[in-house]
Amino acid sequence: MTIRLTGASLRHGQVQALHGIDLQIGAGERVAIIGPSGAGKSSLLQLLGTALAPSTGAVELLDVAPWRLSAGARQRLRARIGLIHQAPPLPPRQRVVTAVLAGRLGQWSTLRGLLNLLHPADVPGVREVLTSLGMAEKIFVQCGQLSGGQLQRVGIARALYQQPQILLADEPVSAMDPVLAEHSLKTLNQHANERGVTLIASLHAVELALAHFPRVIGVREGRIVFDRPASEVSSDMLDGLYANEHLVSPPLPLPALNLQIPRC
Amino acid sequence: MLKVDSRDPAALPRVLLALLAIALLWPGIRLSELNPGVLLQADNRREMATFLSAFWPPAHEPDFLRLLLDATLQTLAVATAGMTLALLLAIPASLLASRALSLRAASRGGRLGFWSRTLRLPVRALLIFLRSVPEIVWALLFVRAVGLGPTAGVLAIAITYSGMLGKVYAEIFESVDQRPAHALLQAGSSRLSAFFYGILPAAAAELVSYTVYRWECAIRASVVMGFVGAGGLGQQIDLSMRMFAGAEVASMLLTFLLLVWLADQLSRLLRGRLA
Repeated sequence: MTIRLTGASLRHGQVQALHGIDLQIGAGERVAIIGPSGAGKSSLLQLLGTALAPSTGAVELLDVAPWRLSAGARQRLRARIGLIHQAPPLPPRQRVVTAVLAGRLGQWSTLRGLLNLLHPADVPGVREVLTSLGMAEKIFVQCGQLSGGQLQRVGIARALYQQPQILLADEPVSAMDPVLAEHSLKTLNQHANERGVTLIASLHAVELALAHFPRVIGVREGRIVFDRPASEVSSDMLDGLYANEHLVSPPLPLPALNLQIPRC
Repeated sequence: MLKVDSRDPAALPRVLLALLAIALLWPGIRLSELNPGVLLQADNRREMATFLSAFWPPAHEPDFLRLLLDATLQTLAVATAGMTLALLLAIPASLLASRALSLRAASRGGRLGFWSRTLRLPVRALLIFLRSVPEIVWALLFVRAVGLGPTAGVLAIAITYSGMLGKVYAEIFESVDQRPAHALLQAGSSRLSAFFYGILPAAAAELVSYTVYRWECAIRASVVMGFVGAGGLGQQIDLSMRMFAGAEVASMLLTFLLLVWLADQLSRLLRGRLA
């Protein structure tokens, strides 16, 4: 098993983000996580990315328990796990080429990382990844000059360039138009398929999740509601997942015809 | 009608705060024995007038200008060498003291653990110690130790300024957006790499601006230390003042103005390149 969570729960201060999650994902599986806002999708991904330690329960990734490792060994494990952020945290003044090359910092020695700042070590490799995402012409542009969707693609390019064994994606296409989102998800899936990478993505667009991922997990209020192959997910299950009893759309008030003509 | 509408609820507290500030400042003025009236007494006025009237025209004999150039270069050299030595200590110390590079904080949403905080304390304490003694005091000590001359000034600046630079650098690192560095740490990068790729790009302009400003301060400090025998422009001013050579003092003050202006231009240029 690449990923094994047993009774893992997570607290952020007073908020219980995840309740006793049990989850097993095998090598090379491609999984989508769906659920309403605040359901715990991001928290689950942070748990899987070793960004946060579980409050209780156990996490096992690539057959090791990250939180029982020394800090150095955990950093080496983290280099094998890539996380695509919803809003990629990239310094505005950094060039795209540097931002993408930074994906391999976990595999490089510190000295190599510093030399790479003076002169980018692998421009062809970066260009190849960016080309697959339609961003090749932006390679020497500063990140601050990119749009939200372009930044997301730089974030994806960095994670692909990292060549991790587990690829986690937190809403990777939320700032893209439908065509680009489709293309980027295809690129991600193709990359994962070709290299046998385990891909786990949280998505708010259900139809994208069902179309691109063989396995779909529904999360609600910090618990797994269903975990099925995409073909078995029914519309009843989706309705149950997204049902919101607190949210009642207020009836639209009639526009009050109370014209005030300003006198100048 | 307008009076009620335009009433600012913050007006009364502001007036009261202003009155409180004045009430607190007044005893301060009494305690510091400030008495501007002294300036206006007839004797003092005449003294000042003769001294100031000698300011124009500023001294510009070739011999004096050569002396001035030498002294200026010496002052610049003292400031620059002192800053370089200070940076050698300040940069590693700021990296150690800054919470921005804590691996533990990166995986706890920015909160530090007990050990992360405790182990940073000695570095912070060292920086506090280095900057708590004014550079002029260090200069007096070093003049005793290594004798009159610029060496004392260089060492004094190096010690005091490493404390100031280290503290402020560490705080600049903490004040920029931490998410890029945390993201890199979570992808397995080393802490130094995370610093260079995640923090430095955002902090560079601020760091350069502060460093150039500190260099400007170091120039002024090296002048002051000249008065206690650490060479450079300060020593020349001291001599000229003792000889009531107002013209020479005026030339040297103009040189100061030029140096500070140049430092300002340099800072602006560098910031413009980095912004």
